[in-house]
Amino acid sequence: MEKIYSRTKAVNQVSGGFCPGCFHGVIVKIIGEVTEEMGLIDKAVCVIGVGCCNNIYGYVKGKVDMVNTPHGRAPAVATGLKRMAPQDTLVYTYQGDGDCAAIGLSEIIYAANRGEKITVIFVNNSTYGMTGGQMAPTTLIGQKSTTTPKGRDADDVGYPMHMCELLNTLRAPVFITRVSCDTAPHILKAKEAIRKGFQNQIDGKGFSFIEIMSSCPTNWGLSPVDSVKFMQENTLKEFPIGTLRDN
Amino acid sequence: MERVFMKGAEAVAEAAVRAGCRFYAGYPITPQNETPEYLARRLPEVGGVFLQGESEVASINMVLGASIAGAKAMTSSSSVGIALMAEGISQALNGCQPIVIANFMRGGPGGGTIQPAQSDYLQGTKAIGNGGCKLIVLAPCNVQEAADLTYEAFRLAERDRNPVLILADGCIASMMEPVILPPMRTDEELEKERLARRNWISNGVRTRGWGSIKLDLWYGRAAMVNAESQGACGKPVVEHTLESANRLWAELYETWENDIRVEEYRTEDAEYILTGYGTGGRVCRAAVDQLREKGYRVGLIRPIVVNPFPANAYKKLDSQKVKFVLCSEMAIPGQMFEDVQASLCDRIPSYYYGRSGGHILEESEVIDAFMSHLD
Repeated sequence: MEKIYSRTKAVNQVSGGFCPGCFHGVIVKIIGEVTEEMGLIDKAVCVIGVGCCNNIYGYVKGKVDMVNTPHGRAPAVATGLKRMAPQDTLVYTYQGDGDCAAIGLSEIIYAANRGEKITVIFVNNSTYGMTGGQMAPTTLIGQKSTTTPKGRDADDVGYPMHMCELLNTLRAPVFITRVSCDTAPHILKAKEAIRKGFQNQIDGKGFSFIEIMSSCPTNWGLSPVDSVKFMQENTLKEFPIGTLRDN
Repeated sequence: MERVFMKGAEAVAEAAVRAGCRFYAGYPITPQNETPEYLARRLPEVGGVFLQGESEVASINMVLGASIAGAKAMTSSSSVGIALMAEGISQALNGCQPIVIANFMRGGPGGGTIQPAQSDYLQGTKAIGNGGCKLIVLAPCNVQEAADLTYEAFRLAERDRNPVLILADGCIASMMEPVILPPMRTDEELEKERLARRNWISNGVRTRGWGSIKLDLWYGRAAMVNAESQGACGKPVVEHTLESANRLWAELYETWENDIRVEEYRTEDAEYILTGYGTGGRVCRAAVDQLREKGYRVGLIRPIVVNPFPANAYKKLDSQKVKFVLCSEMAIPGQMFEDVQASLCDRIPSYYYGRSGGHILEESEVIDAFMSHLD
């Protein structure tokens, strides 16, 4: 029998870390697959943000080098790292929406504006997962969170932040795309986006930004299946998938 | 030996390059802009990288990233800018990264003033970041010492895998003096040091050849010790817990007793001691000479390393002989004065005199303060 599919060497066979129905596990897997397929496991440094994205640690421990960073600062740490490491080092950040779009907004915009030759993988699940479901910069209007118990009110706390569109106002980035994990075909497209982001770095091109739409059944208070439905009916309407720039 | 005429802020920059610094990131703030401006020209000449960060917060994290990549890296700022770096400095310590930070102090609190002051002694020596982290803190009193201590800072940082703080002030930054610069460290020396650190830097797993690491900003010192042992013997040697990491840091801090450095000037027969650090200490030294000319037996204690504090220099003073100790600082209230008092344990009377808000101490003021405490 020919073996046609197996676990990527870049990810450990472990359980736990992410909640049932969370797409972080899928994203970690496809990052691992791309890293292995491109022969980059021993050259990769994963710069990890703070939040649920930090749980990537257990999955790639022993396989890929990692750097934990202060909350929101991953693009700044990645900047120093990429500038001073051998240029074939693959440096990517793994950040959530609080990390990237709130506390680290300055760092992400300036890393993008400098055209740092890094890849940013930004997981948008519209909530602060690890801290227990507070309002995120990407929480939808009307969406309930522990700090917007009656739902997000634009008059009070403004509107969801659209990171791809924001970064698309800058000249330096070479690749800006929003993908999703809600269906198998979309997951395959997300994987190709990651591949493209890594290839840009290998080719010495500039800044690549991949926003991956995800869900958070635990903090949305929905079953995994209903979370996907909510995503498709609401989240993806606010954050439509598509490539904004591919230079 | 090369003798040049330089500003303190530039001497720090050139000494850093000669010590092997190849990455600098910083955000403009007066009175230290000559450091980044100098390095913007100088670092590319030696294959290094200069980056103007979008903030102090980003800058310290860029320095952290560069150090993780294996480069010697530094930043500089002033007072309120160092406060913004607190998180990153604590994380750099947690990640056991040998970075160097220079604080050219200005007046405070808050934005204070751009004029020189010694307003951040307590911040630098007691609580530079959250979590009880401590750094060796070096306090130059002139441009020569600023260059020498910067050079030394990189050696100490590499030795301990711990950040080192240069605590200078706006006077040192802006003042021009002749300085003999330290020798340029060779690329071979720097590469040897980088390789010695390869178990705790990352250019990917290939960096070390025995597996992946997480450059751990959680429980960092325990993780670093284990990474080193994995390279050497293949197994962790300490428990990977925050408490065991805290113990390792405490053990490191204990070793710094050997790094204490203090200038004791004309103290042998002294009946009075003037004390201060940095620019304040330099003014006290001049006051000692003037008071000696007037016939008073006055000596100087000037801590050069302010953390760890040279408490023994005060503890060993003979209470039968020394009538009082006068601490002079460019800070109101006194900050180093707290350490001086703690070291003296009420054995000898101690007084304080200070200026702040951008006023630089003058010898005549220190002498007047001294005279006011005579019987």
